[in-house]
Amino acid sequence: MTGQAQAGRPIKLLRNLNAKIASIPMILTALVIFVGGTFWTVFYSFTNSKLLPRLSFVGFDQYERLWAAPRWVTAIENLALYGILSLIFSLVIGFLLAALMDQKIRFENTFRTIFLYPFALSFIVTGLVWQWVLNPDFGIQSVVRSMGWTSFTFNPLYTPEIVIYGILIAALWQGTGLVMCLMLAGLRGIDEDIWKAARVDGIPMWKTYLLIVIPMMRPVFITTIVIIASGIVKVYDLVVAQTSGGPGISSEVPAKYVYDYMFQAQNLGQGFAASTMMLVTVAIIIVPWAYLEFGGGRKRG
Amino acid sequence: MANIGTLNTTAAGIDAVAPRLGDGPSGPKPRPALSSRNIILYGTLTVAALYYLLPLYVMVVTSLKGMPEIRLGNIFSPPMEITFEPWVKAWAEACTGLNCDGLSRGFWNSVRITVPSVIISIAIASVNGYALANWRFKGSELFFSILIIGAFIPYQVMIYPIVIILREVGIYGTLTGLVIVHSIFGMPILTLLFRNYFVSLPEELFKAARVDGAGFWQIFLKIMLPMSLPIFVVAMILQVTGIWNDFLFGVVFTRPDTYPMTVQLNNIVNSVQGVKEYNVNMAATILTGLVPLIVYFVSGRLFVRGIAAGAVKG
Repeated sequence: MTGQAQAGRPIKLLRNLNAKIASIPMILTALVIFVGGTFWTVFYSFTNSKLLPRLSFVGFDQYERLWAAPRWVTAIENLALYGILSLIFSLVIGFLLAALMDQKIRFENTFRTIFLYPFALSFIVTGLVWQWVLNPDFGIQSVVRSMGWTSFTFNPLYTPEIVIYGILIAALWQGTGLVMCLMLAGLRGIDEDIWKAARVDGIPMWKTYLLIVIPMMRPVFITTIVIIASGIVKVYDLVVAQTSGGPGISSEVPAKYVYDYMFQAQNLGQGFAASTMMLVTVAIIIVPWAYLEFGGGRKRG
Repeated sequence: MANIGTLNTTAAGIDAVAPRLGDGPSGPKPRPALSSRNIILYGTLTVAALYYLLPLYVMVVTSLKGMPEIRLGNIFSPPMEITFEPWVKAWAEACTGLNCDGLSRGFWNSVRITVPSVIISIAIASVNGYALANWRFKGSELFFSILIIGAFIPYQVMIYPIVIILREVGIYGTLTGLVIVHSIFGMPILTLLFRNYFVSLPEELFKAARVDGAGFWQIFLKIMLPMSLPIFVVAMILQVTGIWNDFLFGVVFTRPDTYPMTVQLNNIVNSVQGVKEYNVNMAATILTGLVPLIVYFVSGRLFVRGIAAGAVKG
């Protein structure tokens, strides 16, 4: 597999020197930033750093304060709700679109282009557009009212109870195209003969999908879920653009909490503790998946 | 297959199949154009397409109206008089804080950030991927694994240590600092992309070159690079859109005069002072989205490939 220069065991470090020199940026990034930086942040989350990082340890004090803060609890509740809903909806919508696209339709490229273009846009652009479309005085609500339904109310971005759904609409608009693409790639990987066999046996199409095709696509589903989930935990710019966390604190999310405490409230310890909690969340998602994916012998892709 | 019509299937009628049984299968199976199945199929897709297109349409028509018309009309009606003033204003006059030279400042900042970041991150990652594929050394896989795990770590966890490092070096708040940050965080996904590509190339090429006495850099420059143009294009698409669309790093690592376009756009639209000019806001939003959109439409299928490559772990 490898082309190692075998020269009768010279000094170990000097063997394959060029490759090692070329890998210096990667090694530094992996060790200093990814490992070092992460440990540094976790380490300092146990101190009472305010404006500057300082080494006076307070144990789990920052974490107690964090979980006692209504703003953080709101952020976590929002993330849970937004996370579960966006996972379910993007998988369902993405799969349905992919299944429709897989029917040997005409204009497939046109449809794909339309479904996927929002994914090329930034979350900031997405958030601002939907802020405008959902604007109560000019957007959907006012349009429906001007058609004669004067009591129609659809104002998610200014209603604390449902603001997270307003963000969800925008997130789905941006993200479902990607899920559709992944699902479509998975569907294309299914052998034609499976379909033929199911057809000959007279199994209805929806049953074929539900009982045969979807189980066969398990790896695609798992990959997609991991991608969506790690995106969900990081959700930040969308909220900043669409609602700035408002009304009040009702659309707060963890990533925004971290930024605000680190760079605006001059309360570093809280920011470190909150970001460590984000790390724990990701670990809960990633570790089981990585174990399943790579634990039982390395696969080659 | 000729008896397929007797089965109650979703496939098209026998009438379409019969005359073609003689020749081999070619192209999609012809179907009657207006079957109920097709109406449902295309109907659903069209409705979905409208939902996806609607915001784009609203953006464009809003940006072409004057403010009085926006206050009177609704967001879906096409402009009665088309005006380009909002575009001019968004590009050259809109204010963020004390600067009133519009989005053009953010645009050029974003260009100055994106171009070097893309070049540096791809250069580093391609060499990394090549080393990992063909020149493994003790520990190389370990570093690569750390890199891949690192891709899943929320950036928020690593931001502050980087702020400290950049501050110590004296480039915190400069474009150089942000370029370095982008190169660092682009590394995992790009390295994976290149490694998988170089692994998939026939090994004989590499071995033959080794036998002929070519070294690490020679093989890379003379054999691997010429063969990997497509993957470079995919990596470029991935990075240009990714870096252009970044907000978090921009807002953390730059100052108001070096803000990238996304940060400046958000400040213009969500500023609390002054009258809200929705048409200018929408023109500014389109302008910011234009670069990735152009990349997307020009690259087409390659963009999808980039996504799939970035998404499906090898």
